[in-house]
Amino acid sequence: MKKTIITVVGKDSVGIIAKVCTYLANNNVNILDITQTIVQGYFNMMMIVDSSQSIKEFSVLSAELEQVGEELGCVVKAQHEDIFNKMHRI
Amino acid sequence: MKIFSTKCTESKEKQERVVKMINISEVLETNNMIEKENLDVRTITMGISLLDCADSDLDKVNEKIYDKITTKAKDLLKVGQEIEREYGIPIVNKRISITPISLVGANACKEPKDYVSIAKTLDQAAKTVGVNFIGGYSALVSKGMTKSEEYLIRSIPEAMSVTERVCSSVNLGSTKTGINMDAVRLMGDIILDTAELTKENDSLGCAKLVVFCNAPDDNPFMAGAFHGVTEADCIINVGVSGPGVVKTALEKAKGADFGTLCETIKKTAFKITRVGQLVAQEASKRLNVPFGIVDLSLAPTPAIGDSIAEIFEVMGLEKAGAPGTTAALALLNDQVKKGGVMASSYVGGLSGAFIPVSEDQSMIDAVQAGALTLEKLEAMTCVCSVGLDMIAIPGDTKATTISGIIADEMAIGMVNQKTTAVRIIPVIGKNVGDMAQFGGLLGYAPIMPVNSFDCAEFVNRGGRIPAPIHSFKN
Repeated sequence: MKKTIITVVGKDSVGIIAKVCTYLANNNVNILDITQTIVQGYFNMMMIVDSSQSIKEFSVLSAELEQVGEELGCVVKAQHEDIFNKMHRI
Repeated sequence: MKIFSTKCTESKEKQERVVKMINISEVLETNNMIEKENLDVRTITMGISLLDCADSDLDKVNEKIYDKITTKAKDLLKVGQEIEREYGIPIVNKRISITPISLVGANACKEPKDYVSIAKTLDQAAKTVGVNFIGGYSALVSKGMTKSEEYLIRSIPEAMSVTERVCSSVNLGSTKTGINMDAVRLMGDIILDTAELTKENDSLGCAKLVVFCNAPDDNPFMAGAFHGVTEADCIINVGVSGPGVVKTALEKAKGADFGTLCETIKKTAFKITRVGQLVAQEASKRLNVPFGIVDLSLAPTPAIGDSIAEIFEVMGLEKAGAPGTTAALALLNDQVKKGGVMASSYVGGLSGAFIPVSEDQSMIDAVQAGALTLEKLEAMTCVCSVGLDMIAIPGDTKATTISGIIADEMAIGMVNQKTTAVRIIPVIGKNVGDMAQFGGLLGYAPIMPVNSFDCAEFVNRGGRIPAPIHSFKN
């Protein structure tokens, strides 16, 4: 299973998690873990998801998530977890 | 809006997995590096051997070269973009390096203009596959020149002026062979001719032309990339970047001693290089081409914050060029290597800090402030990987003076058993105090003064400088 990390960074508002989760559910992406913090007034959320059963290709998924982010006034990024594992784990 | 961590309700087994999983601060650290500190992969360079394109018929050579490049590299751009998208890391350049053309065209090219036709083919092939530079319009003449290599060198000015994406390099010396002073003398004229033919664009042609001592076979960076004859048929080399990341990390180590300073650089270099290694492996897998090397060089860009000179400033130097700069560069270069070699299975190319003037905003500022001179840059090249890089000098500089500058730099490389290079741009029609504009990644550069005392009698002697005594290791 190749895991994907979704990050949401932006100003806090009502329904950010709901919107992102709804989008993921509609595309059959399973959420494994959610962490969130507020850093200097900014909303920071990280989701670890399994996108292997997704009905859309990764490139489409990540482009559409960016779109969802724009509607929320947040920056939403989807990245394969390997980039983080490589950098922070030996 | 607040949610509680889901971790507390999970089974012990899942909890353990979560601990090993990446955490939010690590994710944010990586993304900050990419978004705020200009972390990127500077280049994926596909090395392609053109040795099998040699023929006695020039048209056939051109046809074979075009076919081979456009076949091998047809997916390079696409795969690069896929990796960018999936990992969220920018890959600034996708490029190609090829076998030195003087070897491929030797049988077919009977005069310099025959080589120019190959340069045009290369330019066309680069445009077809969508890469921004193709390197390897090169000759390796560290000991002597064949007639055909001389033709290639003599064709460089025209080739650089009629093509857009072709990069040229000439290896003029090595620790094993000494320095070919005939070729050094010739290159002084060639650089000036190239400047003259591209004077409309501030002598841009010279920005695509570099001379080397101890040129590496697997360098992914332009303008000096070529695919050496010791290499496989096709290979993927990757150049990482990240001066901004190192600078930001060092800001947190302000006032700390040298031990801490070095440790910080090393750890940061490790992280940067791991990204390069990941991208190299992925590109290699998806293109079905073997992975060659990761080049650890810290490569600056004109973007603010993406600068080697700013690293010096954070280390405690008022400007690049101040006393202490050579020591600062030496430690930076060494720590980048120490961190980098741990992070990658194969390291190669140039692997060191680049100190180009035009491509680094704070270097430009240092020159303009009078802190950084050509002589200080020369001293700095003794301890870093490249050499006099992207330095604009007055357009009326004599060819023999350029040869003298090259000879000095080649001597540093030869004696210290390291790569050195010269990419110098005599900007026709401009003088000290003027500014040369190259555009894009190449940036802009203030014209630097050159020592005006004559060296013609020395460089005109001809012949070669023998290899140094410590090269005889057998």
